[in-house]
Amino acid sequence: MTALLEVSGLSKAFGGVRAVQDVSFAIEPGELLALIGPNGAGKTTCFNMLMGQIRPDRGAIRLKGRDIAGLPPHRIWRLGVGRTFQITATFSSMTVRENVQMALISHKNASRRLWRPAAGTETAQAEALLERVGMAEQGDRACSVLAYGDLKRVELAIALANDPDLLLMDEPTAGMAPRERIELMSLADEIVAERRIGVLFTEHDMDVVFAHAHRIMVLNRGQLIAEGAPSAVRANEQVREIYLGSSVEAGAASGEGAS
Amino acid sequence: MGDFVVTLLTGLSSAAALFLVASGLSIIFGVTRIVNFAHGSFYMLGAYIGVTTVQSIGGGAVGFWVAILLAAVLVGLIGVAMEVLLLRRIYRAPELFQLIATFGVILVIQDVTLWIWGSEDLVGPRAPGFTGAVTILGQRLPEYDLVLIAVSPLVLAGLWLLFNRTRWGTLVRAATLDRQMVSALGVNQRWLFTGVLFLGSALAGLGGAIQLPKGGADLLMDFNIIAAAFVVVVVGGMGSIGGAFLAAILIGLLQTFGIQIFPNSTLILMFLVMAVVLIFRPWGLLGRPEIPGHGVVEAPEAPLRPAGRSLRIGGALAMAFLLLLPVAHLIAPSLVGDFSLVLTIEILIFVLFAVALHFIMGPGGMVSFGHAAFFGGGAYGAALLVKFADAPMEIAFWAAPAGAALLAILFGWFCVRLTGVYFAMLTLAFAQIAWSIVFQWGEVTGGDDGILGTWPSDWASSRVAYYYLTVGFTVAGILAMRRILFAPFGYTLRAGRDSPLRAAAIGIDLKRHQWIAFTISGAFAGLAGALFVYSKGSVFPTSMEIARSFDALLMVLLGGVHSLTGPIVGATALTWLNDLFSELSYWRFLLGATIIALVLLLPDGLAGLGDSWAGRRLGLASPGSESGAGPGSGSGAGDREAPA
Repeated sequence: MTALLEVSGLSKAFGGVRAVQDVSFAIEPGELLALIGPNGAGKTTCFNMLMGQIRPDRGAIRLKGRDIAGLPPHRIWRLGVGRTFQITATFSSMTVRENVQMALISHKNASRRLWRPAAGTETAQAEALLERVGMAEQGDRACSVLAYGDLKRVELAIALANDPDLLLMDEPTAGMAPRERIELMSLADEIVAERRIGVLFTEHDMDVVFAHAHRIMVLNRGQLIAEGAPSAVRANEQVREIYLGSSVEAGAASGEGAS
Repeated sequence: MGDFVVTLLTGLSSAAALFLVASGLSIIFGVTRIVNFAHGSFYMLGAYIGVTTVQSIGGGAVGFWVAILLAAVLVGLIGVAMEVLLLRRIYRAPELFQLIATFGVILVIQDVTLWIWGSEDLVGPRAPGFTGAVTILGQRLPEYDLVLIAVSPLVLAGLWLLFNRTRWGTLVRAATLDRQMVSALGVNQRWLFTGVLFLGSALAGLGGAIQLPKGGADLLMDFNIIAAAFVVVVVGGMGSIGGAFLAAILIGLLQTFGIQIFPNSTLILMFLVMAVVLIFRPWGLLGRPEIPGHGVVEAPEAPLRPAGRSLRIGGALAMAFLLLLPVAHLIAPSLVGDFSLVLTIEILIFVLFAVALHFIMGPGGMVSFGHAAFFGGGAYGAALLVKFADAPMEIAFWAAPAGAALLAILFGWFCVRLTGVYFAMLTLAFAQIAWSIVFQWGEVTGGDDGILGTWPSDWASSRVAYYYLTVGFTVAGILAMRRILFAPFGYTLRAGRDSPLRAAAIGIDLKRHQWIAFTISGAFAGLAGALFVYSKGSVFPTSMEIARSFDALLMVLLGGVHSLTGPIVGATALTWLNDLFSELSYWRFLLGATIIALVLLLPDGLAGLGDSWAGRRLGLASPGSESGAGPGSGSGAGDREAPA
């Protein structure tokens, strides 16, 4: 049985800086895997390689057994990988519903249709997705006027449009109020359980990480220094020393991020 | 050998004026991000003012050089005036709006120059002490050429000292790299911009004045230099002075040697070099790639809505007017003359052309500086079929858009790889290559004499019949493009413009869609070209020249790029104004002044009027109009910088 995503020996250097060195890990369906580490640890580089924005120097990225390293982002998406961004990226000249419709149109390979109006296509499915993320009432609003937390929900609906097997979430709760964070992550939890999606996410908020991740990986200076269940990572001396100092307990208790 | 050395030296001397103009253009672009189309006009003014200052100071050994420098300073001050009176008021408008403003300035300066100095070419004064010629390896070379050769390195050294040894220069370099950061550090941008405009304009003025002993002054200098200056800036790298120096020498040599080796393809060579550089090194020889994510964030466009009541009524009225105009002409020819049909045909043709350009510019976010290639491509496609195959109109009419589409497929394949101003410059380069081919390949295209005798078939040969034909094609074309924009393809195009990152993350191959859109746009521009060539009975290279591309750009921007009705309004207004003013002696001045006034008063374009406060008061906007009365379409300058 091959894993949903299997990464081995992933490496990338920018000039002399080795941003990511020999990183290997795997994700199973239905698993929430957190990737944490201090600023500059290589989390974003790692993410961008998985999604095809950056071509890795070395290493393999296997999605359901198929090597996807070096493919462009739009091809990777078609293989069943959804993505949300640290700073939300939506289509600002469209309504909330149209944003989701757009993703569905692309999923159905209908983006080159020149004649039938887009307004009537995939409406039912778009409504269902918006309903799922709790945005059904706001379907007609322009994306450009939404509150940030709501935008994150729209992004989630967009990311689910192609029924992905794997979801990559870059700082899903960045820029949100504490209450919104909890709501969004609970939503993600539910959806993951329902659809058996594997999720890889980066996060600065230790509360979120320890409350929701099934497994945690710690990246420091481009290298994986620890990996395991939240309790194991919390107890890991090296992690405490290099990344969290001694604030793991404090951070988890008080809600302060380690950032 | 002597031949070679003298040609080399001539090339180097002709690079001097080019370098001065291009370095000024590059400095201004680097800091203000404004593509200053009026830069060629500053060069021309430098020459004319130089003639006057030399006359009044006297052309003595010292006086001549003082007069030249004085001319440069005066032109620099004119640049400052343009910055303070015009550009400063619209820095927050979309970047392209500043471009139209500078285009208005070109027209104004052309007529002011004509008014002050007259239409005759002026002979430049001789430089005292450098009136003779030197003999090099048996070949004669004007002494003044040696002076010009020395000028470029001197100016380059001076600029280097200015930018590396003074505080002001350091700020300019910093602003070129990251404007927002510099302003976040508390630097007063206004003075920086004003200073940069002075320096850049003065360099252009110096270029115009210093070439006087060699070239004199004439009214075509502005357009003649601006194309070459763009090439130099793009090839060298925008914002890079060293790059401009290198590229000016390259282009200068290319031109002088080109004339000897390929006498019939000199114009093509220059733009071919630019196209090749842009394809392989989009940021130029010594430039650096743009740092993404720091641009001015524009206000988001409102979602697209189906035509509301006011638009439907407006459309129906326009259609009724178009259909009934010939009837009125037949009933009362004295009131509605033949000319009103001719003018309406012309307006319709340019409306179709502008809508085609808007198709990629508005929803696609791809600004083409060279769309005349497809308009002219269609026109020449039809005319060539008539000339060589004696094709009837019915065939030529379909061949024109097909030919233009093929051209767009070819050009588009290269162009869609680039974005923003680099995309614009590559389209300009390709359009100029196409124009040069038409202009210089006289045996086939007739060159400057054009192709005559392209008249409609018998059934369409009467004015009224051809009028209805034009109405039919234009309306069908507009409706077809509108339909495409409301279809999934149009949504995908807008998705790519709104967020390329998100588009890729939902599986959209953006480049492919942009390529298709470019082709569709080219085909409709070609159809407009076919309508044009049969309405005139002839075609000339002017239908492909830069000015035609800029006209279309102006129509779209003046009409309002964020509205589907914008290009229709803009093309109608501009074509009508053009016709209205063309009777008058200083029509360029009037047109330029009108454009500047519109830019200052209506930063959202004419169609944006419907959304503005004044428009709402006048009842021009309705909640259903697709130009968007929705939230987020506010025209206030304040929300231009709201984060996305």
